[in-house]
Amino acid sequence: MNWELLFFWMLATVSIGSALAVVANKNPVRSALFLVTNFFVLALFYLTLSAQFVALVQVIVYAGAIMVLFLFVIMLLNLGAPESLRERGGLQAPVAIVLALSFLIAISGAGAISSGLPKSAATAASLEKGGEVEAIGHALFNPGLPWLFAFEVTSILLLVGVVGAIVLAKRRA
Amino acid sequence: MIPQHIGPIDLIPLVPYIAIASILGFILTIVPGLIWIERVVIALMQDRLGPNRVGPRGLLQTIADGIKLFFKEDIEPKAVDKKIYYLAPVLAMIPALAAGATIPFASITFKMDDGTIRTLPVVAGNVNVGVLYVLAMASLQVYGVILAGWASNNKYSLLGGLRSSAQIISYELAMSLSIMCGVFISGSLNLAKVVESQAGPIWHWNVFQFYGLGFLATCVYVISMIAETNRAPFDLPEAESELIAGFHTEYSSMKFAMFFMGEYASMLAVSGIATTLWFGGWHSPFGSIDHFVPGAVWFLAKIGAIFLVYVWLRASLPRLRYDALMSLGWKRLLPFALAILFGIAVVDTLQTPVEKTPANVENASGRTSDPMSAI
Repeated sequence: MNWELLFFWMLATVSIGSALAVVANKNPVRSALFLVTNFFVLALFYLTLSAQFVALVQVIVYAGAIMVLFLFVIMLLNLGAPESLRERGGLQAPVAIVLALSFLIAISGAGAISSGLPKSAATAASLEKGGEVEAIGHALFNPGLPWLFAFEVTSILLLVGVVGAIVLAKRRA
Repeated sequence: MIPQHIGPIDLIPLVPYIAIASILGFILTIVPGLIWIERVVIALMQDRLGPNRVGPRGLLQTIADGIKLFFKEDIEPKAVDKKIYYLAPVLAMIPALAAGATIPFASITFKMDDGTIRTLPVVAGNVNVGVLYVLAMASLQVYGVILAGWASNNKYSLLGGLRSSAQIISYELAMSLSIMCGVFISGSLNLAKVVESQAGPIWHWNVFQFYGLGFLATCVYVISMIAETNRAPFDLPEAESELIAGFHTEYSSMKFAMFFMGEYASMLAVSGIATTLWFGGWHSPFGSIDHFVPGAVWFLAKIGAIFLVYVWLRASLPRLRYDALMSLGWKRLLPFALAILFGIAVVDTLQTPVEKTPANVENASGRTSDPMSAI
């Protein structure tokens, strides 16, 4: 067993364990904390795939900003009594089981299909290059590549979100 | 100049380990000294005596305080969320210590075996995304404070934690934008390369670059770095006149000491980033004529100067009101930092001559130079 495989299994254990703990925990703050752990482990996964930039952006955006806002809102609402939050009956459980099963089938199906495809020509060195900030910047901003348009459209979407937040805040004041 | 091998040991792969050991050792041992300096300087500014009982000039006062905290009874309030209550001080300290990993604080010149001379930065992780790593660690810093405030089950602590999360998120934006200005001036996300780009006399430092825009960006960075570390005049999360002691009201003995250490470690980390990004890192202000003082000494001197600015501000400025803090962060600093970034981008575009490198021509003609095609 080589080091990478060992590391992968360790990360996979922590990742799945924390993901389960997010759902199973009754205390919303603890759930949020396990979600932070999960995001952090995801960043470590990216690092093992030599995607340094994506890994650190994952930590900055998800673990550092979005989850802090989550915690902020949870504390502000002070969801103290978990019993009052429990839903009775409802379709949640059966729908969740059906969705999870279909996702599992889809994932294993994708694995089965892709195992028949030819192997990628990537080497460790080329992957290392592709994860660097320069490569991602060239890919995003090169007009000859198809990703520039999608990138700019995403930025307009974010701008719409910002303007929408300001409009909502102004209306209430 | 050091030879590459001492006996059979190759020294070059050892540099990152030396860097880790010295950063951790330095941060953990210098904090009592910093606390002593802060108390003495504030006492001088307020025209009183300050610590003067334990040891010469009160030098051992912090050590005595540390011993006291270590042996104090560890009080655990009744209705706390135990696990998170104990986790919070640890989380307050780890990111601050980890942030030091990509900050280069000196350079070593090696004489290689084949006679060539090679200068290496002394840094634990000489990675291409050093700046982003530092931002990531700074954004994780807030968890210790929020969780301490929540787990203590005390309304003052909770208010402190809430204030801190809002404050740190708000000022992180201005801080990231001003850091991006520095990255723009130096042209690299690698902190070692950022320092190397500032080699030479004092006017090569990023703070004096780009016709004053570098200076404005430095001002934005310094203000937001003080807010990020929850220091006066932005110490609202602890605000003793309103919130008793804010998020660490319920913490005593070593857990309180860990919050204290975490605060000073993060001050050291953000000062180190300021030195690296704006004040030339390990370079001396006299440029290449100075061969006598090692780089680490210059780096320490610059960090010390920034620490004195911290103390000076604490002694002279009153605490901001909460809404004033928010409007300063969102309505003043953020647009101002955006404008500076825009200005630097314009100046940089005007300064860069349009060159027809093969890569440019290739890109213009089509999809030939796809950097992802290798994957």
